[in-house]
Amino acid sequence: MATTTLHEAQQELPPGPPGAAPPGGTGRRVLRALLHDIGAVLSTAFLALIVLMALCAPLISALTGHGPDTFDSAAVDNDLGGLPKGSLGGISGDHWLGVEPQNGRDILARIAYGARISLLIAVSATALTTVIGVVLGLLAGFYGRWVDQAISRLMDFLMAFPALIFMIAVLSALPAGNRPLLLVIVLSAFGWPYLARVVRGQTLTLTGREFVEAARASGAGSRALIFSEILPNLRSTIIVMTTLAVPGYIGTEAGLSFLGVGVTPPTASWGQMIASSVSWYQVDPMYFVIPGTFLFGTVLALTVVGDRLRHALDAGEAS
Amino acid sequence: MLRYVAGRLAWVLVILLAVCVFTYVIFFQLSPDPAVMICGKTCTQERIETIRTSLGLDRPFFQQLGDFLRGIVAGRDYGAGANLVHCPAPCLGYSFQSGQSVWEMVQQRLPVSVTVAVGAAVLWLLFGILFGLLSGVKEGTWWDRATMALALGGSSIPPYVLALALQYLLVVKLRVLPFPAAVPFAEDPAVWFQSYLMPWTVLAVGYACLYARLTRANVIDTLAENFMRTARAKGLGPVLILRRHALRPALTPIVTIFGMDFAGLLGGALITETVFGLNGVGKMASDAIAKNDQPVIMAVTLLAAFFVVVGNVVVDLLYTALDPRVRITAS
Repeated sequence: MATTTLHEAQQELPPGPPGAAPPGGTGRRVLRALLHDIGAVLSTAFLALIVLMALCAPLISALTGHGPDTFDSAAVDNDLGGLPKGSLGGISGDHWLGVEPQNGRDILARIAYGARISLLIAVSATALTTVIGVVLGLLAGFYGRWVDQAISRLMDFLMAFPALIFMIAVLSALPAGNRPLLLVIVLSAFGWPYLARVVRGQTLTLTGREFVEAARASGAGSRALIFSEILPNLRSTIIVMTTLAVPGYIGTEAGLSFLGVGVTPPTASWGQMIASSVSWYQVDPMYFVIPGTFLFGTVLALTVVGDRLRHALDAGEAS
Repeated sequence: MLRYVAGRLAWVLVILLAVCVFTYVIFFQLSPDPAVMICGKTCTQERIETIRTSLGLDRPFFQQLGDFLRGIVAGRDYGAGANLVHCPAPCLGYSFQSGQSVWEMVQQRLPVSVTVAVGAAVLWLLFGILFGLLSGVKEGTWWDRATMALALGGSSIPPYVLALALQYLLVVKLRVLPFPAAVPFAEDPAVWFQSYLMPWTVLAVGYACLYARLTRANVIDTLAENFMRTARAKGLGPVLILRRHALRPALTPIVTIFGMDFAGLLGGALITETVFGLNGVGKMASDAIAKNDQPVIMAVTLLAAFFVVVGNVVVDLLYTALDPRVRITAS
């Protein structure tokens, strides 16, 4: 899933050489373009809400009086096999998004704590992917020859790997330990080649351009060439690809947790909530609808922002 | 050309070997001792040793890996004397759980996975390309915008969320479809179709949305090319232009991506098969992973990698056949 999104981002990138737009005005122009797009504004607002929820999770728990792991047997009906009392999965003034069937844990609290873990894993994995992908892509494109050969072969190998099956197998074989950290490592290990391939291709074209030649002729070393000539021109590519990587990783993490190899209980996670709702969806559909909506909404909002960002940056390069 | 094909095939073997070694190393190093697992709770040290010897687990790591690889190419023997079992090539070992030959298990499960993958592929190609074309031709209209907004939404739905939502609506509430099951086609074609319809849809939606966006982008790029201006200047109508000149260059890149995506699915649509309880290769993998059945995990990983690398080569060759421009530069 992570791979699909990166794959997609890469397919839709402009084929031509990356432009050398002046860095000054771009940020403001892109911001203005995004502010005029209703989809981008709504998505950003939704994302802000999710981030706020994640940051204030303990505060939400304190306000409603329900922690993510507090059982509330008063909210479920034991005569009905543990179904939440009241309609819509037990939504009430006390439990704003209802409760889990059977043990009565507060869904709002679990959603908020789940957002924490989801965002933490997705953002860390994206950061790690970006660092590895950009560094190796730059090295392969800039130095060429055996460096390029070695890195490109490694990328071919990783991309031929059935990543999802392998991730699940590795995660289930590994001892429990620090699950979120493991997830970040495994996600990044299979995700970086998709970014590195694009960075390599663009570095290859940029290295042959006149302004790089000129800098080299005036005595700039490799480090200066990479950091002050090539890297700034890769900026929009990197921004777009990383923005689109985050929703991919959120989806993959939720998928792995759904399959039971991701974040382990009792830590709350959206994928896990959906997985445990499978046996209840016929009698308590809200238990599945709420985490499903949050997951879908977050992935969609991030994708929309990434998509609009790409359009805004592309438009700048065309002008 | 022949040399090119030979080179590609050699590369396939190298990749498969690498996948094999990598997977073997990881499981050899990480997993709990399979002999202890097979033996169960009431078990003596002696019995464990016997199992280890019969599986060849007492031998050094590289010899075990060599045995495994030789088994795939030439078959191998397990145990000795009266307990000798011959496993014919391609030997992928025996399941730790059921004792069944892994190759036989794969052969039993593969038809279900292929049915799921082919059905989904038909759906996503049909809808993805159709909507992409209509959107690309009518770029900037409300139709285009609505389709693309829908495509963005569709590609953001996690498959298991969609699966549960559809199952709740269509099976539980409206009762228009039966619960999905791997009904053989020969048994009852109508029930077969109804049972697979939901898995196909769930798997196809994400790809259809992605393909619609890619097709649209390709159509717009192609329509802006110089040869399109020439075609228009000749006085050709829009339908004829699209059919005779624009379709081929716009759809050729789709072939590449389709080959890769489809090959990826042949190794088992793990989530879809698991959610709907369809007994395909993907479900086999997730069951094996849950029970730490290493030979089965190895087999599925290899099988999936095999389809991906072979798909890669097929796509490369197809591409040369479809796009005359590539053919000329290659020769």
